[in-house]
Formats: sequence, C-alpha cells, structure tokens
Amino acid sequence: MFSEEAKTQLDNLIKKYPKKKAALLPALWIAQEQYGGYVPPEALREVAEYLDLPPAEVEGVATFYTMYNKTPVGKYHIEVCHNIACMVVGADDLIEHIGDKLGIEKGDTTADRKFTLSGAECLGACANAPCLMIGPKYYENVTPELADKIVDELSRK
Amino acid sequence: MSEQPQILFKYRTVPGYDNIDVYQKNEGYTALRKAIKMVPDDIINELKLSGLRGRGGAGFPTHIKWNGIPKNWDRPHYLVINADEGEPGTAKDREIMNLMPHMLVEGCIIASWAIRANNCYIYVRGEYMEPIASVRKAVEQAYAAGFLGKNILGTGFDLDITVHQGAGSYECGEESALMSSLMGERGMPRHKPPSAPLPVISGVWNSPTIINNVETIATVVPIINIGGAEYSKWGTERSKGTKLFTISGHVNKPANYEIVLGTPIRKMLEIAGGPLNGKPLKFLIPGGSSTPLLPATDQYLNLAMDYETMGANGTMLGSGGLMFFNEDVSVPKLMTRLMHFYAHESCGKCTPCREGTNWLTKIHDRIMAGGGRYEDLDLLLDICNNIGGRSFCALGDAAAMPIQGAMRFFRNEYEALIPKESLSKRVFTPLPIAGAVR
Ligand SMILES: Cc1cc2nc3c(=O)[nH]c(=O)nc-3n(C[C@H](O)[C@H](O)[C@H](O)COP(=O)(O)O)c2cc1C
Ligand code: SF4
Ligand code: FES
Repeated sequence: MFSEEAKTQLDNLIKKYPKKKAALLPALWIAQEQYGGYVPPEALREVAEYLDLPPAEVEGVATFYTMYNKTPVGKYHIEVCHNIACMVVGADDLIEHIGDKLGIEKGDTTADRKFTLSGAECLGACANAPCLMIGPKYYENVTPELADKIVDELSRK
Repeated sequence: MSEQPQILFKYRTVPGYDNIDVYQKNEGYTALRKAIKMVPDDIINELKLSGLRGRGGAGFPTHIKWNGIPKNWDRPHYLVINADEGEPGTAKDREIMNLMPHMLVEGCIIASWAIRANNCYIYVRGEYMEPIASVRKAVEQAYAAGFLGKNILGTGFDLDITVHQGAGSYECGEESALMSSLMGERGMPRHKPPSAPLPVISGVWNSPTIINNVETIATVVPIINIGGAEYSKWGTERSKGTKLFTISGHVNKPANYEIVLGTPIRKMLEIAGGPLNGKPLKFLIPGGSSTPLLPATDQYLNLAMDYETMGANGTMLGSGGLMFFNEDVSVPKLMTRLMHFYAHESCGKCTPCREGTNWLTKIHDRIMAGGGRYEDLDLLLDICNNIGGRSFCALGDAAAMPIQGAMRFFRNEYEALIPKESLSKRVFTPLPIAGAVR
C-alpha cells in the first residue's frame, strides 16, 4: 500500500502533465520505492487504480522498461557496465572479480539477499571506464581494489 | 588545449557552478535577460546565424526545427529535452547536467520563449539519478529566483519545467519513442511523415513539440551571449562552432572535451593524451557505437572531425562519442558485444530490426564460438542490407552500420575466426534469414 506521503507525491506529479497517464513512469518509480525495490503485481494494481488505467496497460509498460524490477533484487544491486568502452578497459574481468568475491555469477543474488550482480549497458560514463552503479550512485574508474573496498563497506552496513 | 575555445565549458570547473549564485556571477542568466527582450523570430535568427546543428546525433539545423513551430496558437506548445544519452561511447550530457545544470535550465527558458511553450519536460534516462537531482535542484533555484513560474522577469511569460525520469531503454532516445514514453506508454516509436505530421506540428499530446538534445539547448546560451555571427566564426563552412566529445577507450586522458568542429582526429587524440601507454592504435569509432569504425591509419587520423568529412568517409559524427582502440581489441569480439546490445534494445515493433538484430547476434556468437561458416560473412552483410533503410526507426540502421564498417575494414579478422574446413568447402546454407527478416 502506498503511504500517505507517497500519495501526496503522486497527486503533485499528476498536476505536472496535461494527461494523468503521463504520470505512469514516475508513479512506477514511487511504487518500486514503496514496495522495497521491485514492483509486484499488487504494486501494478495500485498504480493502475490510482491513475485510472487498465491493469494490463500498466503491466505492459512496466515490463517494457528494464529498471522496474519484476522480482525482488538484493539490497545492493551492483550493475557493472559491460558495453564497449568499458569492455576494452577490463569490465569483464571486473564483473568476474566481483562475482568471485561475492561467490555468485552475473545475474545472481547472494543467499543473504544483500547483493545482486548484473551487467549493464552503457551507463554514460565512458570516459571514466570501467564504471558501475549501485542504486542511485555511480562509481567510476573502478579497479578490482576499489570494487573490493565498495563491497566490503556495503557488507558491513 | 589552449587553442580550443571553451564556449560551453568556460566556467565548468568553477567551484559551485551548479549553484545559481555562482552561476550568476559567471555570466549566468545574462542570455535569458537578453533573449526575453527579443522577439522569438530574432532569437531564431541568431540561431540561424550561428549555424548550430542538433548535437543529439543527426546534426539537423536547430533554427529550421524551431521555425517549423506554427505561428497561430490554437494549442499549447511543448519543449522536450532529450537527456536519454544511451548511445554507447557518449557521456557528455551527463557532465552538463552534473556540473552546469543552470546552463541547461537557462537554455530551456530561452528556447521555450522562442517557441512559445509554457511547459518544458526534461526526459532524463533512468540511471542518471545524480544528474536528475542536480537538474531538479537547479530548477528549484530558478523558480525561487523568478526565472521560472508565472510572469518571468515581469514579462508576463509563464513557464514550468518538469524533470521526468526514464526507466532504462536505449530506444527511448529516439525522439518519437521518447514522446511515447513521456506520455506514459511503452517506449516505441510513432509514425513519421509522410504518414503522420512532424512533432513540430503534432508531437506530445497532439500539440506542436520541439525535441532537442541537452547539449543543443545548452549551446543556445553562449550563442545568445556572444551572438550567432560570433559563434559561427568557429568551425568549418557547414559544421559551425564547438562540440563536446567524449573521448574514451585506449587513450591516456579519457574525458569530455570541447573541440572546434573540423579539428583533425589526430589532434583530438593528442588532446586526450595520445594512445594509452604508447601502444599503437588499431581503429576508432568517431561518434558513438552506431557510427561505422575507421582504421587508425594516417589517412583517417588526418581527417577533420566535422559532419561533412565523416559523412564523406562512410561514417558519422553522431553524438560525439569518439572511442580509440588498440591492437589488443578484436573487432569481431567488439561487434559481438555491440550486437547483443542492439538486440537487447530493439523495441520489437518492426520485423527487420527485431529479427535482424537477433540474427546478427546469433551469427556473431556462432563465429566467436568457432562454429562460423564462410557464408556467414556475406550473410551478415545481407542481413545488414535487409535492416538498413527498412526498419521503422533508425535503431535498425544503428545496429547494421557498425557491422558494415567492421566488414569493410576488418573482414580478415572475421575470416581468421572461421574454421579452415569451412573456408575450403562451400557448405550449403539454408536461407531462413531472408524470409525471416522480411
Ligand atoms: C535509437 C536512437 C537513440 C537515440 N538516442 C538519443 C539520445 O540518447 N539523445 C539524443 O539527444 N538524441 C538521441 N537520438 C536522436 C533523436 O532521435 C533526435 O534526433 C534528437 O534528440 C534531436 O535533437 P537535436 O536536434 O538537438 O540533436 C537517438 C536516435 C535513435 C534512432
Ligand atoms: S527499428 Fe523497429 S524494432 Fe527496432 S527499435 Fe525501431 S521500431 Fe523498434
Ligand atoms: S560503455 Fe560503459 S559507460 Fe559507456
């Protein structure tokens, strides 16, 4: 269920567009936050009701975009860019290195649900390659040592 | 780097430049004060004098686009900023939004005034949460300072800016797909002329809409400040001014650089610190992953980086994502990675692209796994020909062009991966592809 605060946020958002439907992507972002990092079917239903849209339409939109998680992800989602500018300066090795450290493969989540490791397409930080993002934050020019440090710090949290 | 005029990046490194007070101490919002006293046609005329062309990839003259906005005013007008920046190799708009968000905001206000829009949406790719926060802060500061909202600077002009977060899709950078996405739909492209009107006539919510790239709009600010004629003194005859280039890959100082159009590629390489650790370079991609590669030989390094020269050499300036690669990089391996990207990002609306990118990926995977057949090389080109020009939007071409470039110059690297027995005997290949792509 959306909190009252989230509902106010949504109401304000809707006012910014000539049609309510345009608030769908922002609403899904709010839903993802409210539901702990992913959009389960209840979240999609709630968004559909709030925006007066058919549930199937909301589902169709939510599944089109890769950043709305359909299944729960780890607390920290490590997304390492594996596109070409990063690839030629060691992105694949970096992914392997982080995977070894966490004991998982690319695409998996650790047993304690703390970390998910994925490859990502160009993150728009090609001049500071290789790079990765965790939630809203970017890390650039990532060496294996820096990756270790990041993971260690998050493990302690 | 002293000889490269820094028009956009002039104050980029001034501490606190992302704050309105520091921005205003460094010529900030002077262009707006000037522009708001001009009639829209005069602003468009300055752009015409400047020769500014869209920085998002296609290089379309900005003044022509703006001039297309209907003069009668029966429906609202919209300005939409393309901050989707998904083209691999391009990272310049992020830098603008992070370090100089007010230049984007000021540009948006001037552009909205010129096209008589009262609403502006900045569509930022979902991953850019830090740039989004930076631009949102700048927008709030601009409201507080009276540059946004009702009755801007006492002129009676009202404008609202909304920062809209995308959710992970390269295709949403294509302008008509972006419009779909902004309206709350799946990010699929819409019909274009001749079967539908241009966005300037009927864009978002069936209203006249201008879509421009972040850098294009930011560049409007210095153009108004120094005047279009002054701006056009830089560059070549048809590629005017400076442009931001993200120089990445095997160079010593990868970064975003502001470079005068027409600068030789060799000079740009030098500016970026030369080849990484002095190791010889093999090839370069001039303008983002969709633009065909060029060998890093004298002939190509001497080329001028401008729209015309790149076009004449079978490639494009694109969005300014200049990537250098040394001898360690295998062209087929790099292309395999790219094809996975395009197949993943194809929105699936039209068959040539949906099926074609899939096949390009499968054949590359097969070749890389050592199971390639000699015919595969021509098959790749065949598929490219079936995608190019036959897809609903330019993503199809964007996927086909890199392969065509790779085969033009590095076909030998593909051949080297094909098992010998396949090279000697002609194997019959059934033709599922041609049927599938049509
Ligand atoms: C698949 C695809 C992706 C694109 N991605 C972007 C992008 O991320 N940013 C952008 O400004 N233009 C992108 N474009 C180009 C836009 O369609 C459009 O030409 C541009 O936003 C126009 O702005 P401009 O005239 O200021 O360059 C893309 C085009 C295609 C076909
Ligand atoms: S070319 Fe076709 S399938 Fe590919 S992204 Fe464009 S519309 Fe979608
Ligand atoms: S290729 Fe990795 S950030 Fe662009």
